[in-house]
Amino acid sequence: MNISFELPLLALLVLTAGAAILVKDLISAVLLLGSYSFFMALVWAWLGSADVAFVEAVVGAGLATVLFLLTLFRTAPEDTRIKRPRPPLVALVALPLLAFLLLYAARDIPSFGDPLSPANAHVSPEYLENSLAETKSPNAVAAVLMDYRSIDTLIETVVVFTSGVACWLLLRRDAE
Amino acid sequence: MIRSPFGSVIVTRTCSMLIPLVQIFALYVLFFGQYGPGGGFVAGVMVAASIVVGLIVFGREGVSGQRASSVLAGDGTGLILYVAIGGACMIGGGEFLNYSDAPVPGVPPPYRRYLGILLTQVGVAADVAVAAVSIVFSLSRSGARGGSDG
Repeated sequence: MNISFELPLLALLVLTAGAAILVKDLISAVLLLGSYSFFMALVWAWLGSADVAFVEAVVGAGLATVLFLLTLFRTAPEDTRIKRPRPPLVALVALPLLAFLLLYAARDIPSFGDPLSPANAHVSPEYLENSLAETKSPNAVAAVLMDYRSIDTLIETVVVFTSGVACWLLLRRDAE
Repeated sequence: MIRSPFGSVIVTRTCSMLIPLVQIFALYVLFFGQYGPGGGFVAGVMVAASIVVGLIVFGREGVSGQRASSVLAGDGTGLILYVAIGGACMIGGGEFLNYSDAPVPGVPPPYRRYLGILLTQVGVAADVAVAAVSIVFSLSRSGARGGSDG
């Protein structure tokens, strides 16, 4: 692992995420979230998952930004600035505690690329060894997504379809 | 909020060159998904993105607006294609979505599964593209509350 690439990437991620929360203007926040998605895509590519990087760049940085912007233009055309009240004292105490607990729990996560971790030891070897012979697809991700886990993907497709129909049903009244 | 023609020559000329390129690249991503990164979801979103860009730049009343609204008529066809392939596998005597039982004569099971993956990805791409364009259409419909440029 190359520190000189990882550290600037981590810094940019934290910077864009923090800026998206702290910035006063909602449109700036949306655009910062889009750049955060681009850096996240770089992280995925760096970790070797090109498929996820592709989806993050196209959906997270592209489509989601457009949808956020359209929603903003539709709901608050004049004033998209936000006024934040001061955070309550409970949050100032509880959130660092929560962060500490999460970091403490993170020590039990198996290290990246550990072949003995539960995620890599259960069904993954079988997919990786047999998918080319069984499905003739060199990209094991496509084989897992569309063949071995086909019903999961079917339900995902149903979810996407439902979201389109639900948006149309919720927003159609304004047109009349 | 989507206004009819954008009014900038640079923007319209660039987009009229860029949109077909994006669509061809989306087809490449869709049919190359079994050999490299990509697949149905990304290809669908890219097709939708090209249509949305055309909608924003050329307006709803222009040719691309008409094309985008004709895309909406395909609502659910991707899902039907996906489920139909699953049903065809059952007709072939196997389980739902077990492509190796799909009734394709003269093709050994691994290549049946290859075909099944390819066709279901086309279904996913169609479904995602129509859903994304439909959401953008719903959000950008004229008569937005309080919108002066609606």
